Amino acid sequence: MEDIPDNAPNHCPGTKSEEAGKADACAGCPNQKLCSSGIGQKVDPDEALIKEKLSEIKHKIIVMSGKGGVGKSTFTAMLSHALALKEEQEYTSDNLCVMSIGFLLNSPEDAVIWRGPKKNGMIKQFLKDVDWGNLDFLVIDTPPGTSDEHLSLVKYLSSSPNTGAVIVTTPQEVALLDVRKEITFCRKVNLPIIGVIENMTTFKCPKCSVSLAYFIINVNIGFKSQCILMDSTVLLLAQVETRIFPPTTGGAQSLTEEFGIPFLGSLPLDPNVAKACDEGHNIIVESPELPVCKAVLNITEGK
Amino acid sequence: MGKETASNWQFFLLLSGKPLEGVGEAILVLSGKGGVGKSTVTVQIASSLKMLGHKVGILDIDLCGPSIPRMVGVEGCDVLTTPDGKWIPVSVNNDKNFSVISLAFFLDSKNDAVIWRGPKKNAMIKQLLTNIAWDVDYLIIDTPPGTSDEHISVMENIRDCPVKGAVLVTTPQMVAVDDVTRELTFCRRTGIKVLGIIENMSGFVCPNCSECSNIFATGGGQKLAEKYSVPFLGKVPIDPSLTKCLETGESYLERFSQSEGSKIMKNVAECFTKKEMEVDA
Repeated sequence: MEDIPDNAPNHCPGTKSEEAGKADACAGCPNQKLCSSGIGQKVDPDEALIKEKLSEIKHKIIVMSGKGGVGKSTFTAMLSHALALKEEQEYTSDNLCVMSIGFLLNSPEDAVIWRGPKKNGMIKQFLKDVDWGNLDFLVIDTPPGTSDEHLSLVKYLSSSPNTGAVIVTTPQEVALLDVRKEITFCRKVNLPIIGVIENMTTFKCPKCSVSLAYFIINVNIGFKSQCILMDSTVLLLAQVETRIFPPTTGGAQSLTEEFGIPFLGSLPLDPNVAKACDEGHNIIVESPELPVCKAVLNITEGK
Repeated sequence: MGKETASNWQFFLLLSGKPLEGVGEAILVLSGKGGVGKSTVTVQIASSLKMLGHKVGILDIDLCGPSIPRMVGVEGCDVLTTPDGKWIPVSVNNDKNFSVISLAFFLDSKNDAVIWRGPKKNAMIKQLLTNIAWDVDYLIIDTPPGTSDEHISVMENIRDCPVKGAVLVTTPQMVAVDDVTRELTFCRRTGIKVLGIIENMSGFVCPNCSECSNIFATGGGQKLAEKYSVPFLGKVPIDPSLTKCLETGESYLERFSQSEGSKIMKNVAECFTKKEMEVDA
């Protein structure tokens, strides 16, 4: 009964039913007017068109997260670069094309101050009117949350084959809280989850490397940051890693175990990535030796 | 949402009061970008105002990703109702001077998702603005990222209320600053005063070598403030002890009162409580 909103009044007849907006239970519901107008029963003629169009695209990956600023767009960009690389062995920028509302704004200051219905119209247009052609992969970057944008996307994509969601999170519980909601969302709308990626797991200070002895002294005088206890031989050589966003509840890995979904890997926090994103550089091709790029390439291989 | 709250929902619709009753002044915390630390800044501003002796409340209108309850250590609490049907904010640490309201209190489990389109979110926000029994000097309103339904609804509903203005939060890198520029446009279009910009996650001091790494670059927020002539409230560095406090719900300002971040937040609070503020230079 997916047409019954999850916090609808008791005995809600469902937004697509003939009784919508007219049943006794509808009295006082904020959506009563909308339902009784019969809008829920109409079938959107574009829906079939979009589905047909999208069926030409081999794989559709939706990058999501309940939380903002965890790296959805960054991961989307890196994943797309990595996929373009993988498909043609040798990377050419021709393999990658982008559509964004950013192209449609007059100036970078322009704000898109839209309520839901207008946003939904735009999303539909992106799927229907953009000439995507014969893509191997369509990677869709989404805003945080579980609202209009997500519902609209899923409406058009969920029944299309080879569609799945990659969920990005950071290790701390405050982020995982929102990601739990995103997983619940995917389950409710029957969107398959490809897996979860933990971003910003560790940070290696580029300026220091320490010996084990020094490390132990530091711990004893009560440093606030949690340094990861690795194999001591490794530690002698390694730079100290700090967990800026501490995984107080076990991070993404234990979350994926709890929900029984795949854990795809974790990415370190690397200032080079932020810099590459600011300048629009393709860090995957320019510095494939960085641990963060290796991690993205590994995740891409796995798919 | 459970059955009980669903029926409450209908009940409360009949009782729409005036928005923000019992609130001295409201301060909005906004950012075009997600994950820059809006909720973190909200909690820090609220606790520093409280430490200055004011009665403070937090209203969390991030409906899809409410994180305030966890950050102040009241996750899983229940909201009580007054005899005339208003919701009573949840006190933090049984402190009558610090209370919060968030949609998270109304969810049955922390896995529950709020899968709502705009109209429903707008109705909920109206409820949250009109049906809370506040008794506070300052109400800090934490918002979701963006310039959409939630923001438009809040602005519409609080038009005639005493609103001090908005604090914009950004991180230093250009990708974030771009989004915050859009939020500035939103503030100007809706006529809300910008109290200032906070640059969060500005630099990280390695606990081992004390060298500062600018993980997300630096100075972006400051430049933005200069460009649009709005006050710059300070650079808050990345501090793992802050993230840890927010995970466990401890008060960072009390435990790490000498840290850089705490000092900036205290300054910001003092600056807000001055009668004549140096705003709109």
